[in-house]
Amino acid sequence: MYRSQKLSLRYYTAAVALFGVMIVFGLLSALYYLYPSLLFNVFNFNMSKILHIDTLVIWLLMGFLGAVYWYLPKELGREVEGMWLAELMFWVFCAAVVVVAAVFVFVQYGAANEFSMWFINQGRKYVEAPRWAAIGIVVVMLVFAYNVIATCIKARKMTGIMWVLVLDLIPLLAVYLDAFPAVTNMSVDLYWWWWLVHMWVESTWEVLIGCVMALVLMDVMGTSRRIVETWLYIEVMLVLGAGILGLGHHYFWIGTPQYWLSIGGFFSALEPLPLLGMVVHAIYDAGTHRMKTNNQPAFWWITAEAFGNFIGAGIWGFMMTLPQINLFSHGTQWTVSHGHFAFYGAYVCGVIAVLYVAKQQVSGADVLGGRAWKWGFGLLNFGMVGMVMGLLLAGMAQAFYGRAMGGSTLMAFTTASENPWFVSGMYARMLFGVVFAAGYVVLVYDLLTSPRRVPALQAQPEPA
Amino acid sequence: MDIEDPSFWRAGAISTTLVMLVVLAFLSIDSMRVISVGGANVPQYDVINHQIGYTYNWSRRADVPVIGGPEPLFGKTVTAAEATALMRTGKLVIQSRACMDCHTIFGNGAYYGPDLTKSWLDPAWQQIWMPMTGKATREDAMVEFLMHPDKYPTWTRAMPNLQLTQDEARATVAYLKWLSSVDTNGFPANFGQSGKQP
Repeated sequence: MYRSQKLSLRYYTAAVALFGVMIVFGLLSALYYLYPSLLFNVFNFNMSKILHIDTLVIWLLMGFLGAVYWYLPKELGREVEGMWLAELMFWVFCAAVVVVAAVFVFVQYGAANEFSMWFINQGRKYVEAPRWAAIGIVVVMLVFAYNVIATCIKARKMTGIMWVLVLDLIPLLAVYLDAFPAVTNMSVDLYWWWWLVHMWVESTWEVLIGCVMALVLMDVMGTSRRIVETWLYIEVMLVLGAGILGLGHHYFWIGTPQYWLSIGGFFSALEPLPLLGMVVHAIYDAGTHRMKTNNQPAFWWITAEAFGNFIGAGIWGFMMTLPQINLFSHGTQWTVSHGHFAFYGAYVCGVIAVLYVAKQQVSGADVLGGRAWKWGFGLLNFGMVGMVMGLLLAGMAQAFYGRAMGGSTLMAFTTASENPWFVSGMYARMLFGVVFAAGYVVLVYDLLTSPRRVPALQAQPEPA
Repeated sequence: MDIEDPSFWRAGAISTTLVMLVVLAFLSIDSMRVISVGGANVPQYDVINHQIGYTYNWSRRADVPVIGGPEPLFGKTVTAAEATALMRTGKLVIQSRACMDCHTIFGNGAYYGPDLTKSWLDPAWQQIWMPMTGKATREDAMVEFLMHPDKYPTWTRAMPNLQLTQDEARATVAYLKWLSSVDTNGFPANFGQSGKQP
């Protein structure tokens, strides 16, 4: 095993631990809707929500870093350059996460001044971490970029996947620089904030997970490089072709010119296309291999990623993104429904797939199967779909009763939030959240358990 | 042209991305012109010296802010510099207290509390909080509420006390008044006029 793969295992361990923290604060955030006086004035909803969404971003990022550190030496045929720096950065990253979490739990917020922005809480959704920690993330990502680029140079080898990955690092780093300013004008602030959030989640992360999935497909299914690289280019073309101006669907209501209504609506409608392409790709690969693989969990999580990405990010996003609908659905639990489904389908499933790839190699098992992973797979998927449906129910009640009929005032918000459809949706979200948490426990159990020894399948050679 | 050749799709990916980035750059330059303070959609900060309304515009088929006559905030007309300082503090309050991890502004944020885009215009200030706090004006009621929200709950999901000073609360009220003057292409629709419009 390469040294960078050992680092990868550390990143995976940290990612899975933070996945658990994310679920704990997700359940707590859901509880506030049912018991509003819970921890009132002690630990309020906003802090729980911050820890839920920030750990989401961090654990996925750690999962991506782990996946790249895992595959980089295999792809380039040599150890990763600058490993001591990468290992140091892992501990810096972990220490920063612990300190920021402690500040969020025990200090929570400060006065309206620059000190609070630098050391306590920036209060911008997804990038609440104080500036010093945001600088830390930039340093970690710079070292990561150095590791990737320097290894390519030393190896004197550039594959198509590595080109896409290296070029993707530029916007990945550049847009994160927007994690620092505190612009007074909210319209301008949100304009650039969406560059960060949208360009990460709906563009650069999609390309990054596309690179990781390409490597996993070659590894797990034995798919030819020519096919995965062709699909990767098609995906990049469609993701960035639709996604860059798809940014416009966040510019409907923040003070921006009216033309964004048309541009955002049109390109958002195109955004499901690349995700549909991934579904076609997955079905094609599964059919080619007659659903046979030596790593069943990874195979099924890759399949879940393709379908989840298309349905959660593509269909659920399209459902609420045209401006005529978004005028009423915007800023309701409908958005939360889409957000959960999209993050889960696009990224969570993909990261779990690479966890199983690592498990197979670490355990030395020729075949990875058994029953526990199926329970984890079933509970996590069932739990997520249940949460998404509950949130959709609640969000539609808000859109119709709170926004369209009520006119979005405090009383309209209150009335919609007391509507039986909203309340039952919140209970459903809580219930399925517990199912999801049970799935997480089974997943961790399965990842930590040694697999049974089963004879390997015969490799199925594929025409290049 | 061989569509099974990866280099064909690589060229497509590069050219599509570059074209879209150039278009986005031009649109962003134009958008900055419109959304900068004093631009077509975002009034100067000293708009807080004026009355602000929100009415349906038939030609645009959307609700739009309407700037009216003088209506100084807290009874005092502020200069442009004073207004800018107030807004700076107001925005820092919103960030330092993580307001948008409970509320939304322009529909962005979290969904535990109501949207604040037009909260300055919410009839609840006159109907509920002015009588509740015993204050004679909307802005004084807002300051009192923001400093002691846990004393004035209106339903089960109450706002916690985030230890705002009086200066911070006044700056937040100023910021919310300015926010209500931003032209948001009709979001939120029908604000305060439930079901009256087509």
